[in-house]
This record gives sequence, C-alpha cells and structure tokens, in this order.
Amino acid sequence: MSALRLLAVAWYLQFKMILRSPFDGIGNVLYPLFFATTAFFVFRAGDSPRTLIYASLGAAVMGMWSSVSTSAGSAMQRERWWGTLELLVAAPRHFSLVMLPATLGLATVGIYNLAATLLWGRFAFGIPLTITHPLFFALSIVATVLAFGGLGLLFAVSFVRFRAAWVLGNFFEYPVWLICGFLVPLALLPAWVRPISWVLAPTWGMNAIRESALGGTPLPDLLLCLALGVAYIGLAVLVTNRVLFDARARGSLSLT
Amino acid sequence: MIVSARIFIVGGATSFRALWYWLTPWIYVPTMLIAPIFQILLFAYIGRSAGLESDEFYLIGNALQYASIPCLFAMAQMVGGERYQNTLSAILVSPAPRIPLFLGRSVPVVLNGAFVAAFSLVVGALVLGVHLPASSLPSLGVIVLISAFSCTGLGLVNAAASLRIRENAVLSNVIFGFLLIFTGANVPLDALPDWMSTVAQGLPFTHAIEAARQVAAGASLGDVRGLLGAELLIGAIYGVAGYALLRWFEVQSRRRGTLERS
Repeated sequence: MSALRLLAVAWYLQFKMILRSPFDGIGNVLYPLFFATTAFFVFRAGDSPRTLIYASLGAAVMGMWSSVSTSAGSAMQRERWWGTLELLVAAPRHFSLVMLPATLGLATVGIYNLAATLLWGRFAFGIPLTITHPLFFALSIVATVLAFGGLGLLFAVSFVRFRAAWVLGNFFEYPVWLICGFLVPLALLPAWVRPISWVLAPTWGMNAIRESALGGTPLPDLLLCLALGVAYIGLAVLVTNRVLFDARARGSLSLT
Repeated sequence: MIVSARIFIVGGATSFRALWYWLTPWIYVPTMLIAPIFQILLFAYIGRSAGLESDEFYLIGNALQYASIPCLFAMAQMVGGERYQNTLSAILVSPAPRIPLFLGRSVPVVLNGAFVAAFSLVVGALVLGVHLPASSLPSLGVIVLISAFSCTGLGLVNAAASLRIRENAVLSNVIFGFLLIFTGANVPLDALPDWMSTVAQGLPFTHAIEAARQVAAGASLGDVRGLLGAELLIGAIYGVAGYALLRWFEVQSRRRGTLERS
C-alpha cells in the first residue's frame, strides 16, 4: 500500500514538474503536431484506401511516444545533474519505484499529445472523431501509458552509463514511429522488421487504440501491451540492480 | 582588414570547435547521420502507405530539409552556448566588428549542414535503392551547399531570438517543424492550401528542394538557376535580417541588463 502511495505522490510531483518544463511540457506536445500535420496532408493528397482517421490515430500515438522517448532516456541522468541521484539511491525504497513515476509522468503527458493531435485533426482537417468502443479506447490509452512508462524506465536505467543519454532517447523516436505501425502498416515493412515490432509495446498499444476506435477486437492487443509493459518494468528492475551495484563498486554514481 | 579576417577565420573556427565540446561523436553520429536516414525512411514509407509520390521525392526533400537541424541548432547555440559558458558578455563587450564575428561563426555551420544533407542523400539513396545519376551528383552538391547557406541565414535569425528567448531548443524544433510542412519536402506544394504554398516561397529549402528534384530528373544547373538564385536571395535576406536583429537585441540586452538571463 505504501508503495502505491509512493508511486502516486511521486507521479503527481513529476507530472507537475514536467508540465512546467518548456521543453517537456510544451515542446514535446508541439513537436509531434508538425509531423502529424505533414502526415495529414500526405494522406489527404494520396490515393490510398487508408483513411485520415487511420492517420489521425497513428499520429496521436506518435505524439505519446515522443513525450516518452525524448526525455525518459535522460530521466536518471537529470537526477544526477540536479545532485539528487545519490539521495534517491540511498532512500529505503527500491530505486525503480522512485524512477518509475518520472517516466510514467512523461507518458501521462502523452495523453495531452493524443488529445491535441485528435483535436487538431478534427478542427483543422475535419477528421471525424468517432470511437466505437469508448471503454476499451480509454483502457487502451491507460495500458499504452503504463507500457510507455515501463519502456521509458528501461531506457532511463539502461542509458545511465552514457553521458549523452538524452541522445539515445531521441534516437529511438523515429524508429519506433516507423516500425510500430503508427502510420505505416507493418505489412509494408520488410519481413525481418516485424519480429522487432512485436516485442515493442507501442505496436500493441497502437493496435488496441485503433481497434477500439474503429471497431474491432482490441482486448488481445490491450493485454499484450500491458504484458509487455510489465515485462519492461521487471527487466528495468534487474538492470537497475546491476547498474547500481556497478556504480557503487566503481564509485561512479555521480559520473558527469 | 586583417583584424576582421582574423576574427572571421579564427573566431569562427574556435567557436565551431567549442560547439564540439558538447557535440561529441556520441551525439553527432545518432543525431546528424542516423536520424536523417530514419526521417527519410519514415516519410518514404508514409508516402508508400498513402500512395503519394515516389521514394526519390521523399529522399531529396528530407535529406535537404534535415540540414535545418545542424543549421538552426548550431546557430542558436552560438548565443545559447556562449551564455551557458558565461562567455557571451565577454564577447559582446569586446570592440570586435560584429559582421566578421557573426559571419565567421556561420561558415562552419553552412559546411556542416551541407555535409549532413549530402550524407543523408547518398546513404538514403543506397538504403531505399533510389538511383541518382552520377552526372547529377556535382550539381546536387552545389544545391545542398546553397540550401545550407539559406537555412543558416534563418539560423542567424534564430540566434538573434536566442538573445531574448531562453528555450532556444524548443524554438529551433518549432522552426524545423514549419520547414517540414511548408517547404514541399514531403507534401507537394500544390497539395497545400494556397496561403501555405505562398508562404513556402519565402522559406529556405523550398526552391532548393525543387531544384534538386529537377536535377535528379536530368536537368542541368543552368536549367534551375532561377530556383537557385531565389534560394540564395532568401538566404541572404534572412542573413541580413538576422544580423540586424542580433545587433538590435544586443543593444536592448545591454540597456535592460538581460544579456546573461538564462
């Protein structure tokens, strides 16, 4: 129970801090809108049977991913810059429980991105906003946020040994946009790419959101997205233990 | 004259080396060499999915447009980086003539932007299997250089804005986003609303991208001289406007004591 309370309080604190950051709170919401707008124009001018609603939902989840990928990679490094990393590591709670709210907060900002992109599509491009299964749509968003938060945590703890961790986070923005089926169906990609897409929760989160909005069977995708999110968190805990053990042994926790 | 030349060359080279204090290979390779390839692939596949235009269209558009990342960010960093290192006031209090001071810092940025675009064009073509005629490559090299010059002019405006705006990374991303939509890199200009294609005529890259597409299709440099002239003119106008803004904001910053505001 106290772990849940810690998660909730820390998530709220992180979320408030992110919203006051011009880069994370404004820049990360605006930036994907430019890509969404470009995609809307391309799909509108093209002759594909895929509709603008397809593009709108894809662009919306692109925005969610952007808010996580660009900043989660350096979430742990930020604590190092601020001089709070040692205090957090020394806290009696497992370090993952302290870091997870930071990446969950970034993923939560993704809901702003999702809403902003859908509304932008609705009012600027006249893309209808019809949701066939509202309950599943909401659950899919929650599952996607949790999975993105888990993947962000994995990024944060895995990249901490790199001084330029923020670059690695940025680096994963385009590839995930490309191979997780946001705007390009997986069938169009080379066959060797698909197994990579399958182990990425954004693929299933995207499917779940699209199936619940357009009508379909979102439950399997939703469960896969959640399962992968939990797996990322489990993996991140193991990586955290290893990284902290190494950092203590080498005295490199405050490496800058 | 010699002093100006020294400030232009030595100052520019030193400033660019200082940029590499943080732009290490760990940052340069992912952001300048790999990310543009993924941007090209993303839009080439979006184009395939939407059934609009060829891979070559997206390759040329995105390779050239990506030069805006080094041009805009490096120019903004010209001010932001100096401020961060607490050297901005030392530079601006010096009696050094401003034209060689700022233009000297722009030349390496133009060259770097051209290199990033050329690299993206060649590697993107190899990855997508787009054939660019060997005879077109020298002309494409010239176009890439002109487009980098043009965007660095806009970068100078961005650098000036950095004297007044703390979040120059956000501003640079916003300008990058506008260039992505407006310049015809991904959306044919006739598919944009009229007002947007009109605005595009005054932006860097619009004419260079069109010229590069025509050259890749077999036109000579002479055939596209009008487009290249327009691109050069746009770059020069932004450059002059950027310089004027830099001087104006410099005076304002001294008057209000906001030079070191960060």
